[in-house]
Amino acid sequence: MSKYTEDDLKIELENKEYEYGFYTDIESETFPIGLNEDIVRAISLKKEEPQWMTDWRIEAFRAWKEMTEPNWANVAYDKPDFQAISYYSAPKKVDPNKTLDDVDPELLAMYKKLGISLDEQKKMNNIAMDIVVDSVSVATTFKKTLAEKGIIFCPISEAIKEHPELVQKYLGTVVPQKDNFYAALNSAVFSDGSFCYIPKGVRCPMELSTYFRINQAGTGQFERTLVIADEGSYVSYLEGCTAPSRDENQLHAAVVELIALDDAEIKYSTVQNWYPGNKEGKGGVFNFVTKRGLCEKNAKISWTQVETGSAVTWKYPSCVLKGDNSIGEFYSIAVTNNFQQADTGTKMVHLGKNTKSTIISKGISAGKSQNSYRGLVQISARADNARNFSQCDSLLMGNNCGAHTFPYIESKNTSAKIEHEATTSKIGEDQVFYCNQRGIPTEKAIALIVNGFSKEVLNKLPMEFAVEAQKLLEISLEGSVG
Amino acid sequence: MLSIKNLHASIEDKEILKGINLEVKAGEVHAIMGPNGAGKSTLSSIIAGNENYEVTQGEINLEGEDISELAPEERAHKGVFLSFQYPVEIPGVSVTNFMKTSINETRKANGQEEMPANEMLKLIREKSELLEIDRKFLSRSLNEGFSGGEKKRNEIFQMAMLNPKLAILDETDSGLDIDALRIVANGVNKLKSKDNAVIVITHYQRLLEYIVPDFVHVLYDGKIVKSGGKELALELEEKGYDWIKQEQEA
Repeated sequence: MSKYTEDDLKIELENKEYEYGFYTDIESETFPIGLNEDIVRAISLKKEEPQWMTDWRIEAFRAWKEMTEPNWANVAYDKPDFQAISYYSAPKKVDPNKTLDDVDPELLAMYKKLGISLDEQKKMNNIAMDIVVDSVSVATTFKKTLAEKGIIFCPISEAIKEHPELVQKYLGTVVPQKDNFYAALNSAVFSDGSFCYIPKGVRCPMELSTYFRINQAGTGQFERTLVIADEGSYVSYLEGCTAPSRDENQLHAAVVELIALDDAEIKYSTVQNWYPGNKEGKGGVFNFVTKRGLCEKNAKISWTQVETGSAVTWKYPSCVLKGDNSIGEFYSIAVTNNFQQADTGTKMVHLGKNTKSTIISKGISAGKSQNSYRGLVQISARADNARNFSQCDSLLMGNNCGAHTFPYIESKNTSAKIEHEATTSKIGEDQVFYCNQRGIPTEKAIALIVNGFSKEVLNKLPMEFAVEAQKLLEISLEGSVG
Repeated sequence: MLSIKNLHASIEDKEILKGINLEVKAGEVHAIMGPNGAGKSTLSSIIAGNENYEVTQGEINLEGEDISELAPEERAHKGVFLSFQYPVEIPGVSVTNFMKTSINETRKANGQEEMPANEMLKLIREKSELLEIDRKFLSRSLNEGFSGGEKKRNEIFQMAMLNPKLAILDETDSGLDIDALRIVANGVNKLKSKDNAVIVITHYQRLLEYIVPDFVHVLYDGKIVKSGGKELALELEEKGYDWIKQEQEA
């Protein structure tokens, strides 16, 4: 009988291999495992950093030593042994002065597997790309085109050397070194990441993009991204992530800081597909990320994220709406399957008058996964006429997964208007049968239903990314009807 | 076209259909009437391949091929269409997108290329006019927030788009006001040809004034207990289902 049952679907789903789970054998230079002040200094030295940067790292490291890992999130995992990780790994053949043509052919082959051939990227002409493998930024395309507009887009290690005034002025202003355990760790050991500066009044003519990949075993990845949109400027920034399949957990603790000065706008989109672990819940990336943006007067920051990967995700892209009339937005799709756990959401901190924030969160849980939305809307005493609208929708597949919503609201101003809506639904057999009856096979039907559910968020992604995100959703979720 | 022989089916060990025999030829319209709980909707679900029901005995043949083991989408690909009594909502998926997916999946299964966009547009325009559907309606999420009448009209619109060999209309008249009923019936009549067949499942005779059946069958307690021409529907209307009950229980 050709009957395709829920059980068949589940089995097929569990057996779906992680598509990006290959490992490229590139000779790497990796530091010995463990973390102490000497390692921090060594990283700084390796990157030929100025003294102020070394001091900044040491300060962060000392703070981190006194901190403990947070455990308030709705996730359960074996805490990583921070002394068992190597804090620096770099593909050996990369020389920062080399052009694209000199990049290690094996690296290029890896990008091809990822579907992001640099050649193609060059031709596409609308996305400038920085690629971070393990800890080091490998190549930045389009630097010249951007430079003509005065836009700086380069590895942060390069920015520290070439634009120290900007880095020194803004680094750690939105996410201070001591902000939280992982941010402190990142501040101490970050090895690379992207830096972006858009000058006053400039509208960045192309999407800027960073592609992160963890390749080397037993290493952590700690990127640091700093985006500064000067007054009246605009930039759209994309970030993609993958990692090979490994049995042990890998640690990813990034920090992203966005600064939108008066009248500026930053759109930051992420498609995160770190290795989620196998169907028994072994392996996978621990994704502990701090992302925060600061809005000055009339500025706008919009976070859009599609989270399908990682074994454990702990991530709350937030906006500090400091300037009057500033706007913060958060659009999120978080998919969990098998034993994945995600605790993700946002913080909207309203400080200025007439500030507005919108939160649209779509959680999709399948298998035995746990998916939590955690959000804070905070209205300060002087934030007159602040507005927030939050909508948290959860879609469940099967009977073994969980969806949780933790919305926190703190309002100290009576003129605030805060709305919160939440729904939970299940993909119904009747929906699937209806699609089947119209000739749409079950797999396709689920993709259709999930895409429909996620549409409000998918629509916020830039075109090229939306297509990739839709495919990812299909891969992560084929099957699992309950 | 459709030949059902001694069909028995049950859900959770409760037998609902107790030996159905039905022959539907191309070009014919059959009406199946009967009181609530007689098994009318079960029969339509089973023909469409709903796997919640277990076929315990009998055959369902479509154009000479036994389809009772086929998945619902495979039956759809062979031209079986069911207009649902309670069409489900699919939030975020527009009617147009749904139809596009439906048509292209069907074409793919039948070894055809995807329908070119201009052809699709033309078809949508033509069929929405037939059903007097405002095209703005087609960009709304499938059945979400639709009135009862809109849902049914949308079902018939889908039927028009897919042009099935065998269309089963399950209580399409329920929830329709008289104007909508006329539009829907008119649509069905225009879609009727010598090559396709329609099974109308209804509780009342009202719809049959517009879609005139060649045959009327009365379903009672899982069996077809009476068959006749269109005048049987009138007789039923007049005498009520108690007439059938009394006859059966006598």
